[in-house]
Amino acid sequence: MDMVATNLAVARGGQRVLEGVSFRLTPGEVLVLRGANGIGKTTLLRALAGLQPFEAGKVVADDMAYAGHANGVKAMLTVRENLGFWAAVNGVAEVEAALTALDLVTLRDRRAADLSAGQKRRLALARLLVSGRMVWLLDEPTVSLDAASVALFGAVLRGHLVRGGSALIATHIDLGLPEARETDLTPYRAVQRLDGAFDEAFA
Amino acid sequence: MIALLMRDLRLAMRAGGGFGLGLAFFLMVVVLVPLGVGPEFAVLRRIAPGVLWVGALLACLLSLDRLFALDFEDGSLELLATAPIPMEGVVAIKSLAHWLVTGLPLTLIAPVLALLMNLAPEGYVWLVVALALGTPALSVIGAFGAALTVGLKRGGLLLSLLVLPMYVPTLIFGTEVVKRGAVGMELGTPLLFLAGVTLASMALLPIAAAAAIRANLK
Repeated sequence: MDMVATNLAVARGGQRVLEGVSFRLTPGEVLVLRGANGIGKTTLLRALAGLQPFEAGKVVADDMAYAGHANGVKAMLTVRENLGFWAAVNGVAEVEAALTALDLVTLRDRRAADLSAGQKRRLALARLLVSGRMVWLLDEPTVSLDAASVALFGAVLRGHLVRGGSALIATHIDLGLPEARETDLTPYRAVQRLDGAFDEAFA
Repeated sequence: MIALLMRDLRLAMRAGGGFGLGLAFFLMVVVLVPLGVGPEFAVLRRIAPGVLWVGALLACLLSLDRLFALDFEDGSLELLATAPIPMEGVVAIKSLAHWLVTGLPLTLIAPVLALLMNLAPEGYVWLVVALALGTPALSVIGAFGAALTVGLKRGGLLLSLLVLPMYVPTLIFGTEVVKRGAVGMELGTPLLFLAGVTLASMALLPIAAAAAIRANLK
């Protein structure tokens, strides 16, 4: 089903950062969110994931899988235990395909504490494959990935699209997906109210 | 849900997970008291129920600040919030896991420590019964406190200040059960109150804790 967002407004720390954001995401499509630091990409994604409320607007969508800045990886569990936990939570039985897709098979029995930053990131991205969700919300998914891993992730993403999935991605780099549609959030920057200082005292 | 319980138990058993920490702390407190008070059997016997219960309270408190804080720091809590498990269920399961690694071992080891405190032998059974009924409340109330302070840097002290007053009813009725049991008095009323406090906290606090976590994640 299409994800339709109408006239969204989001706030961070009591201050409205984006307003009037509307888009439609159809299955098999990637929408890349662009914009300078602080524009509100993360805030928008968190709100779409249901972690914080919208100030205004409406979203119609299926359940979404969210991958934020933090990896959500337990250092004392092995790679397979970490992934197996999320698979069980989401009611997905199969983790081997996800391990293979992100080249984690040889690391499967290693504790996450002993992984490099890029390997942890790959584990965090593998979690998307066991989420069982069709819409992925990705916040800077390629942080600390090397060029080969970015390409690997591009392939995973393409596979997800082929299966009828879709993704909303906040990123600054080129993911190597020519079909990706881009939206610059700069025009949606909220107009700062002049009584901001007053508001802040009660925020 | 089962997966979350198994994960939390597994994490508790792994290095740095804190299993046995509360137990060792309980042991230390109860061993230190006779050393401080002196070897007067009558005095020890009189204060035994109170010392054992306060020890259990503090031991429970010890591991509470990690209950949600660790998941918050590594991002797991956000992911759990977006997972198809209700946050109330997450809180209930994590409280259960906390009880299994602290409250339950405390309950089982308590008779051994009661010996150190010279508790009357008639009181042993009631000590175990009272702890078994009361410690689940300690975990659930503690989870509520941990949910309120999740995301705060060094929230541990604030957590203690919030949670300890809420432990008072459990402490009062719990010690009363043991006191009465030790001298063979009728103890139905405090026992029912103790169970009542536990059941009420188990019914209400996961909902409140889930709301607190959602607010703290914003």
